[in-house]
Order: sequence, then structure tokens, then C-alpha cells
Amino acid sequence: MASTRPPRRRGGDDLGLRPGLGERMLPLVVAAMSFIAALALAGSIGAASLAQRWQDGAAAVLTVQVPRPGAPSGDTAGTNRLDRTLALLRGTPGIASVRALSETELTDLLRPWLGSGAGKLSLPLPAVVEVHLSGAGPDLVALAPRLEAAAPGTAAEGHGIWVRRLSALARSLEVCAWMALALVAAIAAGIVAVATRAGLAVRRDAIEIVHGLGATDGYIATRFAARATSQAALGAAGGTLGALPVLLVLADLTAPFTPGAPALIGAASGATEPLLAWLLNLPAPLWAGLLALPMAGSLIGYVTTQITVRRWLRQLP
Amino acid sequence: MIRLESVGLHYAQGSTPGPDVLRDITFVVPEGGFRWLLGPSGAGKSSLLRLLHLAVRPTSGRLALLDVDITLASRRDLALLRRRVGMVFQDFRLLPQLSAFDNVALPLRLGGRAEAQLRADVAEMLRWVGLGKKFDASPAELSGGEQQRVAIARAVVARPHVLLADEPTGNLDDVQAERLMILLKEMNRLGTTVIVATHNEALVARHPGQSLRLEHGRMIEHG
Ligand SMILES: Nc1ncnc2c1ncn2[C@@H]1O[C@H](COP(=O)(O)OP(=O)(O)OP(=O)(O)O)[C@@H](O)[C@H]1O
Ligand SMILES: [Mg+2]
Repeated sequence: MASTRPPRRRGGDDLGLRPGLGERMLPLVVAAMSFIAALALAGSIGAASLAQRWQDGAAAVLTVQVPRPGAPSGDTAGTNRLDRTLALLRGTPGIASVRALSETELTDLLRPWLGSGAGKLSLPLPAVVEVHLSGAGPDLVALAPRLEAAAPGTAAEGHGIWVRRLSALARSLEVCAWMALALVAAIAAGIVAVATRAGLAVRRDAIEIVHGLGATDGYIATRFAARATSQAALGAAGGTLGALPVLLVLADLTAPFTPGAPALIGAASGATEPLLAWLLNLPAPLWAGLLALPMAGSLIGYVTTQITVRRWLRQLP
Repeated sequence: MIRLESVGLHYAQGSTPGPDVLRDITFVVPEGGFRWLLGPSGAGKSSLLRLLHLAVRPTSGRLALLDVDITLASRRDLALLRRRVGMVFQDFRLLPQLSAFDNVALPLRLGGRAEAQLRADVAEMLRWVGLGKKFDASPAELSGGEQQRVAIARAVVARPHVLLADEPTGNLDDVQAERLMILLKEMNRLGTTVIVATHNEALVARHPGQSLRLEHGRMIEHG
């Protein structure tokens, strides 16, 4: 019975949407864009966390140098300059902890400049005290004369200005990365619009016929947009997946700078658990961003196509 | 009801307006009316049907279709209005990538008809025009007359309020042409307003009716 035979394809390809050669390129182009977007995203999140760490960490540290630490203190008899300085610092509000670096730590610190024999040189090394601040920190202007009285020649050095410069640098890197991301999105929208217009021009006759049969602008735009959305989603997912190994290797390279993160060497031993841990090397916000990329790609595809098709249809009555 | 008041039309040629194709056209076709649209080649018959199918807008005058003034209607209203107007094009205008079945089903699908319901209607329509064995044929695999019959089936399958036919017998033999006239008259009897443009004077003679006659873009006879 012919009447019960279903048509070859439900709904049918009335607008002739089967992609042409040029349109098959669209997912590839979107994939390349997403690859770049994933790197930019990683850059922005990396720069942001770096800026944050510098601000949180280094800003809260003060270095105090005490020359001739063993000599008697300037204002209190019976105690040397270093002990006197430590006591003074411990009694100052706004200071969380105070610790004098050991001889070995100091030698390690100076090795790049003085070579491994630093310890054997009979240079009069100053003592270095690492001070961790709490809250807004101490009043440095008031602290300086008190240190000078306790052990003349002692210098307190805040890292504030360097931290500010470094985090300004990191922040501007972050802004650059966001701008790159916005640019990639704009280029992707432009490419989708151009591809859509080319596709519309090729299908002009079919669109006119369907329009003449009473198809609304919304119907035609949605048909085109649905296809563009799935293509963009596919491309964006591919590009993001492609960027993943690159990001993981980058995370591995930067692992020494982020203490606590396991390195690839551990993962390569074959156990699945280190591999999982290695995947977790990427910060959570980056994972969220990477998952959002295909969605952003689809959204750009959908919105751009809707707008482009509806505008194009205005030339029909 | 179809009402035209001093309607003029010229096609744009690039950015400049072309010569007038229709001038000062005024007539009324009441709901359920039948009209032949006659006139020599190039008189503007297809252009007038294009106006009534809302494929072009009048460049002057007023046009009301099914009691909707089209100069005031929104784009969406125009689309919905087009669904109530069936058109058999002189050059068929079938979608080449769709089968005969899908071409005929298109107006029903655009109208949101459920798939299970529309199949029987489409099959019956195709069988009625004598294409019961050609459901899956693509337009390129059909003869001129078969394509014309697919176009006729597509125009009437959604039971439009207005049916416009541009030379619908141009590629049909006399038997098929008579069958088509029976279909058109039956639809007209059931309340569809029908306008048929043709050169086929013999057909008009066999089926006398009121006519609109165009010459050089002017209406020289109506009623
Ligand atoms: N798209 C168009 N652009 C410019 N001019 C057009 C267009 N379509 C038709 N014309 C012109 O309008 C005039 C009327 O054409 P139309 O097709 O309406 O005539 P017709 O009466 O249907 O002729 P026929 O009986 O040969 O089909 C012709 O002079 C034609 O050249
Ligand atoms: Mg014509």
C-alpha cells in the first residue's frame, strides 16, 4: 500500500541543507578557533591565579637583614643583635611569625651568586629574617627607627612594590588573554556569518519556494541555525579536546612552580590514579571553561546564523 | 475576497525602477469566485498572480487578500496568509532535492500537520493526479506534464482558500486538462476562490466563466 509507505526522510531536506564542500570546512575552522580559545582561556586563568598567588603570598612577607648578627645589641645589654631584632619583631603588632634563615638556607640562597663555596668564604654574611605579616602588617615607618636602635644598620624590606609590579604584569597578561578570547569569538561569528550567507545564496531558489509556500522567517532561520549549531558544537568540542594534551603538558611544565601538583613522571608509571591526579593538574576554573567552550561555540553558531538568515530574508517580501 | 485598488507594479532593475508591468489595476473577486485571467504573452498575467501570491508587493495602490490589507500586515502575517493561497507556477518550481511525495507534503508540514495524518492526504492527492506510482521520483525523473501535476497536487493539498494557477494545462494533454478543470471546479464549488491564467482559448470555450483580461499591463475587461 503506497499510502502507508513513509517518505524517504521525515520532513525532508526541503531547503537543500546537505552541506556543500565549503560548508564541510566550517567545523574544522571552528575547531581551530576553539583550540586557540582553549589556550587563551588557560592563559587568562593561569595569569589570574599567578597574580592572586603573588598578591596573597609575597605581599605578606617582609625581609629583615641584620648585619653582624653576633655582635652585641645596641640598646639591650647581654643579647646579640639578631636575638634582639627577633624579639623586637615578635613584639610588634601586625606580624604573624618571625624566622631567621639558617646558615644552610642562606648559603643555598646565595649559591647562584657566590658559588658552592659560599659557606667557606669568610665573608661577613648578614642574618636574614623572614617575617610573615598578618592583616595590614606593621607600620613600617614606625618600625624602622626601633630596628635601627636595636641593631644599627638593620634594614627591613617589604616586597610590596615588586608584588604590585608583578601582579600588574600578570593582570595585563590576563586582560590580553581575555581580549584574545573575545577576538576569537568575534572571528568565529564572522566566519559563521560569511559561510551562512554563501549557503543562503546557493539555496536561493529553494528558499524562495519554501518562503512562497508560507514558511515563516523563524522556520527558515531555525532550520539553518540548527545545522550551524550542531556543526559549531562538533568543531568546538574537537578543538577543545585537541587542546587538552597541550594544556596538560603545559601544566606539567609549570608543576614545579605550583607545589603540591603531581608531575607527569608519576603518571607515566602506568597506574590510573596518578593519571587522574595528573588530569586534576588543571585548575578547576579551567576545566569549567573548557567544558563551556563547546557550548559557547554552539551559542555563537546559533545566534549568528539566526541573525544572518533573518536579515537576508528581508530581501524577500 | 480579493480587492485591488489602482495597483501598479514595476520590477526593480538594479537600483532604478524598471518600466511599469501593471498599471492602475482595480477589481474585486468575491469569496468563492472563479475567474479566467486572459491576455497575450507578456501582458502581465504571471505578474498579477505573483502579486496575489504575495511574492512581490505592489509598487502603488492597495491590495487586500482574504480581507487582510497587505500593506499593513506583518511579515509573519504575510507568511500565514501565503499558506492559505495555493499557487501552480508556470515553471512548476518544485524542489529538486525532494521526491514527488515530499514536494506535495511540504505545505502540510509547514502548516504543522502531523506526519501520520498528512501521509494519507498526500498519497490520495498524488494518486488523483495520476502519479500513484511515482511517489519517490525526484522532479528530474518526471516528464514536464508529470511535474506540472505534482505542482498542482502541491497547490491544492492543503485546501487553500484561494487557488492561483498559471498556465496549469500548458504541459497537459486534453484528457489531463479536463481532469484538472474538474478538480478546479470542484474546489471552487466547495468555496475556494480560483483564478486561472491561460492562453488556452479552447479550454476557456469549453468552460465558460467570468474573466479578467489584461493587455500591456492594463485591465481591459473584468467581470
Ligand atoms: N522578474 C522580472 N523582472 C523584470 N521584468 C519582468 C520580470 N518578470 C516579468 N517581467 C516583465 O513583465 C512583463 C509581464 O510579464 P509576465 O510574466 O507577467 O507576462 P505574462 O502575461 O505572464 O506572459 P506569458 O503569457 O508569456 O506567461 C514582461 O514584459 C516581462 O518582461
Ligand atoms: Mg506568465
